[in-house]
Amino acid sequence: MSENPAFDRIREDISQNDVVLFMKGSPVFPQCGFSATVVEILSQMGVKFKGIDVLSDPDLRNGIKLFSDWPTVPQLYVNGEFIGGCDIVREMHATGELAGHFKEKGLTA
Amino acid sequence: MAMDAQEIERLIRETLPDADVTITDLRGDGDHYAARVASAAFKGKTRIQQHQMVYKALRGNMGDALHALALQTLIPEENACPPAS
Repeated sequence: MSENPAFDRIREDISQNDVVLFMKGSPVFPQCGFSATVVEILSQMGVKFKGIDVLSDPDLRNGIKLFSDWPTVPQLYVNGEFIGGCDIVREMHATGELAGHFKEKGLTA
Repeated sequence: MAMDAQEIERLIRETLPDADVTITDLRGDGDHYAARVASAAFKGKTRIQQHQMVYKALRGNMGDALHALALQTLIPEENACPPAS
């Protein structure tokens, strides 16, 4: 069974960067409200992250959904682990879980 | 083409028969919904797993006919009473 060509790229991105956000648009110019929300939360927390614009690459846009088994973007990865999309990130932020998670990994400013 | 709220609720209940489902049309355009789903089937599962159960119930409509669905999942205990402040 041949693997999706985007998977290698995705694996490389999430292993080489502590915090990766697969999103629509860039952190400076998000192109969807859900992506913008996650960028805002990460910025507020002072967490450094790599934003990857799935709109720039249809293979990636499709591949990330298959890779994570998750139908939508944005998708947040921390230390190679899929954390969730906008709803989950927002909820974890509200409960303090997100801050706790980043602190535990030594990722907050 | 957008989905309607009753269809979304029906699909969720098909997979999660005990679910307490509330669907809100966020913009009145039939294309941006919020769903609040409480089910005993969510017990012991991570948020990601809970959301994936709902997405699977919607049978590939997510990201396709269903453009945006803000999802909140709970177990029945969390759904019962509002937390005391």
